[in-house]
Amino acid sequence: MERIEILRMKSPFRDDFVIHGFHFGGPKKTVAIVGPMRGDEAQQLFVASQIVKNLTHLERQGRVSNELGILVIPTVNSFSLNVHKRFWAMDNTDINRMFPGYDQGETTQRIAAALFEAVKGYAWGVQLASYYLSGNFTPHVRVMRTGYEDAAAAEAFGLPYVCRYDPAPFDTVVLNYNWQIFGTRAYSLYSGSTDVLSHDMAKLSWQAVIRFLNSIKAVSAPLHPGSRSLVFAADELQTVTSQQAGVLYNRVAVGQYVRKDDQLATILDPFTGEQLQSLTSPADGVVFFAHTKPLVHQHSRAFQILPFHS
Amino acid sequence: MDPYVKTVVSEELPVAEELKIKKLVVGSGDGPRVCIITGIHGDELEGQYVCFEMARRLRASPEAVKGTVEIWPAINPLGVDSVCRGIPTFDLDMNRIFPGSYDGHMVERVANQVVDDLAGADMVVDIHSSNVFLYEMPQARISQMTAQRLMPFAKLLNLDFIWVHEAATVLQSTIAHSLNSLGTPTLVVEMGIGMRITQEYGDRLVAGLFNLLAKMGVWGAIPVPASVSSPLVSTDGEVTMINSPFSGVVVNTAPHSSWVKPGAVLCQVVSPLTGDVLADVKSPVEGLLFTQRGYPVVYEGSLIARIFSPNRKSN
Ligand SMILES: [Zn+2]
Repeated sequence: MERIEILRMKSPFRDDFVIHGFHFGGPKKTVAIVGPMRGDEAQQLFVASQIVKNLTHLERQGRVSNELGILVIPTVNSFSLNVHKRFWAMDNTDINRMFPGYDQGETTQRIAAALFEAVKGYAWGVQLASYYLSGNFTPHVRVMRTGYEDAAAAEAFGLPYVCRYDPAPFDTVVLNYNWQIFGTRAYSLYSGSTDVLSHDMAKLSWQAVIRFLNSIKAVSAPLHPGSRSLVFAADELQTVTSQQAGVLYNRVAVGQYVRKDDQLATILDPFTGEQLQSLTSPADGVVFFAHTKPLVHQHSRAFQILPFHS
Repeated sequence: MDPYVKTVVSEELPVAEELKIKKLVVGSGDGPRVCIITGIHGDELEGQYVCFEMARRLRASPEAVKGTVEIWPAINPLGVDSVCRGIPTFDLDMNRIFPGSYDGHMVERVANQVVDDLAGADMVVDIHSSNVFLYEMPQARISQMTAQRLMPFAKLLNLDFIWVHEAATVLQSTIAHSLNSLGTPTLVVEMGIGMRITQEYGDRLVAGLFNLLAKMGVWGAIPVPASVSSPLVSTDGEVTMINSPFSGVVVNTAPHSSWVKPGAVLCQVVSPLTGDVLADVKSPVEGLLFTQRGYPVVYEGSLIARIFSPNRKSN
């Protein structure tokens, strides 16, 4: 393992801002793994650290390729993690809206440029990601449909679900999209929660990454082969919306199987506790996404159910 | 009809409150419809003074309105009310989710209802005030795609500068792009700085808006400004961006809105701890300093100035 410095920048009043990388294996740019770009992604930082720990262990046992190289960047945004801000602490911009970056531009464009320079040209790219709505996903791999994507290879993570989705206009400035445009097969890994640690889901995630590295022979690790992935399109998800605002009293967890009409949650009056709405499953399937904040607005995405077809 | 306030959007919040987007409607309904909107970014407040002045003057002479004028002070009322640029509880910039979706998540539904209500207007003016970091001369921003159609209207607004920008994919989800795509002409005005009101700029834009209303035949009786400024247009020259070479604190030297020569010191980046001057930031070009750093703390790369250099037409 070689520890490298990807970017060092002076700050006006804080310590230097540094992006650290950990390189394993040989010189061939094979897999780059990028941890949190946002300061609330503690789960993703934890997953990244477990990947580094496992690779260090495998390396000691001589189980890492001498030819294929693996770069792990545990976080791109230590400054926001340290002050509990989601976005860049100084100007509230999102590093993951700045790709491919610009080294003569604004601060977060420069950070994006330095990161992109370091991870560009890898055959595969994995981002440990979180979503713009607060809530938990069942662990899965997301693949953006750009015309360059390789959804089949995503099954090598051995996670139960692979979700393909179409890019929105804002996606053209995220890492994953630019990775693909520059020839890297890119995946986003959703590992359950964001700002709280879910140990079991974290373990699923880092094991999935090691399994993927195994499948392309970057490492040789003794591991369970994982699940056969169900590959589906994001628009197959059925959204359950809150018709009223109030306290969301959740009755299911992500990953749980439900039948059509099973109760998922109730929305309660915040003063009287009376039930305002019962949220039920629109289909037989699995709870793929669940809103996790205890208070919910009207017309908000409370759940997403992935229906199972016979 | 008497001026009245209409609630366009109403969504329940968890604890005994509704998110409401309101507009003031002045006029008869017969004739063109012009909408003044602001407050998509909750930390941009220059438009509040403009809305106040417009509402006050229009209500004083509603009979002079031939058509309809609408005043929308807060497209993002939760943001404006809680010193928050975005929508509290939601991660995305509100000006990156248009045209939204009626069946989507609450904020997408709100965005969709706003677009739906504004669509069909004869002119929409969306007032922004940069952000809390940069101080802008009054300017219109229009995309290349709409430049031909919107330029004549932008020139009526009593501004200093019209910036024609490229049509980036990421900007396809702004309210202006969404409305322009629907055939509803929409102008974006940027002026001043976030979290402040620059009354001089507000008064200028109000005069410009009345000039626009008069030229569109919506405003009849009261005298309109005899003349408005003729703005510089970005396509007649070049914009130079200047980013801070160091992290530190900026002390401005050149006055905002001034004409600078090559080599002129725009600002210093200093270290308050050691007393060192880290850099004298000099202008690489001659031109108009139309954007200047307002928030003093900078990182490497923070934008500190923009200068417009018109092409020399003669010689
Ligand atoms: Zn704005």
